[in-house]
Amino acid sequence: MAKKKVPEINASSMADISFLLLIFFLVTTSMAVDKGLSRRLPQPLPPDMKLEDTETKIKDRDIFVVKINSMNQLLVEGKEMNVRELRAAAKEFIENPANDENLPVKTQEEIEGLGLVEYTKDHVISVQNDVDTQYQAYLEVQNELVAAYNELRNDYAMTRFGKVYDELDEEIQKAIQKMYPQKISEAEPKNYGGNK
Amino acid sequence: MAKIRKSEKKEMPALNTASLPDIIFMLLFFFMTVTSMKEVTYKVRFTPPEATELQKLEKKSLVRYVYIGTPTEEFRKVYGSETRIQLDDAFADISQIEDFIVRERESMDEDEKNLMTVSIKADKDTRMGIIADLKQALRRAYALKISYAAVQRTSY
Repeated sequence: MAKKKVPEINASSMADISFLLLIFFLVTTSMAVDKGLSRRLPQPLPPDMKLEDTETKIKDRDIFVVKINSMNQLLVEGKEMNVRELRAAAKEFIENPANDENLPVKTQEEIEGLGLVEYTKDHVISVQNDVDTQYQAYLEVQNELVAAYNELRNDYAMTRFGKVYDELDEEIQKAIQKMYPQKISEAEPKNYGGNK
Repeated sequence: MAKIRKSEKKEMPALNTASLPDIIFMLLFFFMTVTSMKEVTYKVRFTPPEATELQKLEKKSLVRYVYIGTPTEEFRKVYGSETRIQLDDAFADISQIEDFIVRERESMDEDEKNLMTVSIKADKDTRMGIIADLKQALRRAYALKISYAAVQRTSY
């Protein structure tokens, strides 16, 4: 019996079809990955609590005040400052390397995974902005403060463990986070000499 | 002497394109996996601000978006050029944020509810007043994990 030859299927249109699909997906989807500056908002106040109750007594030396006015100018601890200098200033405040009397108190404490360490436990960074502050300026300040914390954590990880912070074990990361907790508090925006 | 052989047929042999669909399909699958569908059609125009300490938003299903910016050209006539908020596909008011968050949280799985992240996609020229209002609304709705959408800064 002669071998029956199966007729070849014409697949030349297959390419066209898949091209069409490809182009459809190229058009309808977007490549961009969503990135952003992650922050955590404080818990909402119970409605019966007044604002004054929450203002616990924080010593003057433990607080680092950053104010942004409606012209996007910075006032850091009573002095005018450029955003680019903020990171260094914040780092110095959080770290208090020289044990300065005007910078936050250093306390010694046992942290699991790190042992006895000395760190500024009660420091607070307070960001106050105006209603008219530009979002970009606000975010830049937030960014610099987060960067200050990240750099400090990284520096510590480098000197103590010789590794970048991101490469450390999760437990040690948590311990370092405890040593450098992000304490950025935000006040309600005020209207500093704005036009209202 | 070498004899130059003249071929009888002058015709070019047909190019074998049998593997072409496979290649295209491979491209297709590549794009299908690395890209994502657009979430909504933007009714507001915004240019994200720039920053350096950015983190990726991991799970898309846990993220809800709030857009803030000036209405695009076609909506200018109706809504003016003041900064507006967009939720899903419609313009919204600050007072609707809480309802929106609660509604969205209801539709999530029980164990994922407290992992919800709200991504604020705001224009870089937005005034902080509206963002502060938004943050207060989010606090009231217990949506405490937020992310300020931004693009990586390349130079100072």
